[in-house]
Amino acid sequence: MSKVDLSEFNFKGLEQPFIADLRTMSQADKDQLVMSGVDVDETERSASFLHMDHSNVHCESNDPAVEIMDIKKALAKYDGLPDYFWRLIDKDKDEFTRAAADNLHGGYFIRTKKGVKVEKPVQSCLFIKTNKAGQNVHNIVVVEEDSEVHIITGCLVADQHEAAAHLGISEFYVKKGGKLTFTMIHNWGENVTVRPRSYGLVEEGGVYLSNYVLMKPVKDLQMYPTIRLAGRGAVARFNSVVVAPEGSHLNMGNRVIMDAPETRAEIISRTITTGGTMIVPAMIEANAVPARGHLECKGLILGKGVIHAIPELKGAVAGVELSHEAAVGKIAQEEIEYLMARGLDEEEATSTIVRGFLNVEIMGLPKKLQDTIQKTIAESEKDMF
Amino acid sequence: MGQRPARVKGAGGLDIAGAVPIFPFAARGLDFGPGLLYNRQAAAGPRPSLQPTGKRMLKIEDLHVKIGEREVLKGINLHIREGETFILFGPNGSGKTSLLMTLMGFSGYSVTQGRILFRGQDVTFAPSYERARLGLGMSFQRPPTIHGLKTSHLVQMCARGRQVDPAALAEKVNFTEFLDRDINAGFSGGEIKRSELLQLMAQNPKLVLFDEPESGVDLENMQLIGKVVRSLLSGELSPRAELSMKEQKSRTARSGLIITHTGYILDYVNADRGQVLYNGHLCCEARPRDILEHIRSYGYQECVRCLN
Repeated sequence: MSKVDLSEFNFKGLEQPFIADLRTMSQADKDQLVMSGVDVDETERSASFLHMDHSNVHCESNDPAVEIMDIKKALAKYDGLPDYFWRLIDKDKDEFTRAAADNLHGGYFIRTKKGVKVEKPVQSCLFIKTNKAGQNVHNIVVVEEDSEVHIITGCLVADQHEAAAHLGISEFYVKKGGKLTFTMIHNWGENVTVRPRSYGLVEEGGVYLSNYVLMKPVKDLQMYPTIRLAGRGAVARFNSVVVAPEGSHLNMGNRVIMDAPETRAEIISRTITTGGTMIVPAMIEANAVPARGHLECKGLILGKGVIHAIPELKGAVAGVELSHEAAVGKIAQEEIEYLMARGLDEEEATSTIVRGFLNVEIMGLPKKLQDTIQKTIAESEKDMF
Repeated sequence: MGQRPARVKGAGGLDIAGAVPIFPFAARGLDFGPGLLYNRQAAAGPRPSLQPTGKRMLKIEDLHVKIGEREVLKGINLHIREGETFILFGPNGSGKTSLLMTLMGFSGYSVTQGRILFRGQDVTFAPSYERARLGLGMSFQRPPTIHGLKTSHLVQMCARGRQVDPAALAEKVNFTEFLDRDINAGFSGGEIKRSELLQLMAQNPKLVLFDEPESGVDLENMQLIGKVVRSLLSGELSPRAELSMKEQKSRTARSGLIITHTGYILDYVNADRGQVLYNGHLCCEARPRDILEHIRSYGYQECVRCLN
């Protein structure tokens, strides 16, 4: 991971005008948004949020159970959000958290209504439009007691060849009996540096499900989202599907800390490198019993590239049940030949196996989004073999 | 009948005429070429009279195969006609699975001599998908799990563009509830067999290679599997529903090559011919039931004598 020089990026003065209707955006921008999981018609979403460069340019809720606004507005409205703002992450953690704390551009504040299951997903999008833009965002999600929501968030650059830096702070609060499904699609570019800093707290009986998809190149990405299961019976699951093409440097892990009894955690990652370098640390830590955690990290090297899987388990009391399974290798010849014996040529067989490997069906995404991701996988296959 | 040949060819050219026939039944009503009884060349001789006459589906000529440096098949001669079902017996490690894998074109099995003709084409070095597309299908004994690949999806791919209804086919093998599962993931022995049969039904091959259809299968499943294997071989399960029975029959002159240990499958299929594969050599061609009976009584030790 190379040293990031933030002074190369422009963190000031890139304000963008408000967009009342996402459909009025240029076709190129819309295409990029769709690739990142955004429904520009908004008919299939209960609320939408778009942050471009340094401004919140669109924010709308069609569901009274979803409160959504720019973080700056939320800070003003709720006296600085003392229960949520910088509560889970130390603003002095590193230069990136400090940059976001010192010069906040925006970010989303999303809160559900207690006891309500929000039917359609909420969508949010963090968009970098201008070359060399540096973007500082801070997002807060509060899932109130016994409520349920699916947030689909797309992070992208308008031009995949331009340079940018995205520094994003995210704090998730899943209250008693709440359920948050958080799907993040990253669509960066070959000159983009990304430093998300994410932390979530799940209370009793709460569920946090994370889906992460990255198919496009990204110059330098480092993140280690952490979920702390603080209440009895809380559950966390991370599910990542990542492709690292040549030129990508990724250090992306997940951590779950089980601090309460009867908690469960699962971290599953499927990674493919076609020339990129990928470090995949993953950790499950259990400090209470009973606690069950499983970590599964599988990597395929197609051609060139490096995958460095670092599965870690830490049990601090007798009786924890933690396990892991990690494998880095190539596609099993046996699988290819099995399919070839059914009449598939080698390329068809390989592609079928890769699509199965990068299985996003288990994420339970909206059909349209799933199809978009499948299409992206199909497109990136040309670099795979 | 039972006329003993004047001479039995043995190792080192020893004349062992007068030796007690090892498989007495092998001579019953069979017309072997001179000096060819009881040895591995038997298959190359004129066919015994119990064979149906049909066009040649598969012809294997003097096939030698190595895995690494070890020769596992040492000059196999075999042919199977259209509509014929051939049973291959043999102890563990005799080369049965290697023969099937070689026929299917798997890597790791290098043909060092001889050739394989399938439906008139030399497929000795053809990639396996070409063999499959030409009509060769195989039921695997221990197929790999492919995560994220649903059984129904694979069934559709097996049909290669022909219209098939995976659900309807799955019903025939009592496999409907597995269609949404990843292929072979956690399947039991019987489930693997049913999954393989389901794929073969969709693939609709001309020659089906079965690697021990009865292994790891309980009795209840055996009945189902046996029936489906029989239907598959007789063409009843062809997905070409638009054809009349008569057309089906004429078009689905399907052949089978079945490896069996236990012989249970013989209760279900009309096996035409059988032979023993021992230590990489084929020997002792006869009626499959007779071979089985003999193996049950005497084991494979006879083959050692036969081949030496």
